[in-house]
Amino acid sequence: MTGFIKGIIGFRRGAWEMLATIIIALGVFMLMQPFAMWAYTYSFITTLVGTVMFIVVSHFRE
Amino acid sequence: MSNGTADRVAKATPPRVARKIRGLSDRAIAWIFVAPTIFLLLAINIFPLIWTIKLSFTNYKANRIGREVKDIGLRNYERILTDGDIWLNMQATAHFLFWTIFFQVLIGFALAWLIHRNFKGNAFWTTVIVLPMMLSPAVVGNFWKFLYQPQIGLFNYIVGFFTGRDPSSFEMLGSVDLAPWSIVIVDTWMWTPFVMLICLAGLRSIPDYIYEAAAIDRASSLRQFFTITIPMVLPFLMLAVLFRGIENFKMFDLVVQLTGGGPGSVTELTSINLKREAFEKWRTGYASAYAIILFVTVFGLASIYVKALNKVKER
Repeated sequence: MTGFIKGIIGFRRGAWEMLATIIIALGVFMLMQPFAMWAYTYSFITTLVGTVMFIVVSHFRE
Repeated sequence: MSNGTADRVAKATPPRVARKIRGLSDRAIAWIFVAPTIFLLLAINIFPLIWTIKLSFTNYKANRIGREVKDIGLRNYERILTDGDIWLNMQATAHFLFWTIFFQVLIGFALAWLIHRNFKGNAFWTTVIVLPMMLSPAVVGNFWKFLYQPQIGLFNYIVGFFTGRDPSSFEMLGSVDLAPWSIVIVDTWMWTPFVMLICLAGLRSIPDYIYEAAAIDRASSLRQFFTITIPMVLPFLMLAVLFRGIENFKMFDLVVQLTGGGPGSVTELTSINLKREAFEKWRTGYASAYAIILFVTVFGLASIYVKALNKVKER
């Protein structure tokens, strides 16, 4: 966990990619979950943010 | 290329072309070769994508050519993301995705585990198991439609034989409760071999000396399974899950052939719904926004897929 936070602060690719992956997975879950309509409504923007973040951070240094 | 072949190619090049090429750098020649592919990629993939994004902000209808096209901003996205019916379609897709992946991983891994143990007729059974994957989804759809027939279907007969129920008393494709499961069964039947092959590759990549070392340390078979087999096959399993997830998110042909989205809309997956909006209701702008939402979701999943793939490569 400390390594992950250090990676985020130090703009390391691995940690940021992990964060983007979590956001994408959260967005996909929000899109398909049967519990709350608001989560469905905000799912697209969450997935979009995660995907764009993934594209950007994949250019960070290792 | 050998010198002989290079000489023959050089001699066969018409003098006019040879004269022109001689003045070009290697980089320029490389660009000349790559340019047609790049042009085709732009024309077939990139341009339609940009055009779809543009249409998603309009009220364009493809069946009304002369109609004025108005820019309506984010209204199409707003409508889709607040529509309860589309939310239900997403849930139907989620049900399909979750259960197909669950069963395919479970059965696929079990089959790979069995096939991995060399036994007589191993190659024959591998071929038999892999057969469904090689069939066309249209053929599989039609084939299972007959199997699910309440009067003459083999599936109903087998269920009736084991449960004591009258085979014609239930209809897999016509029942609201059973139809979502009927498509799960067919997709599992068709694509479990694919997961099995990936798991088999994972199992075969584990070196024997690791098991031998574990055996010397007196680790039980169960312990070896949970501390060696599962962790080492996990990246392959993850790959199979992501690959099937992306594929099933786009599932269209098999389900259309089997249920057509019915009864009602219980098996109407997002791709079927999208096709209806685009080519039955002709709401092109709205359907474009819908397609962009699905595209971003699949693209996001594909990004995770590529990351998982790189991790497997690193191993």
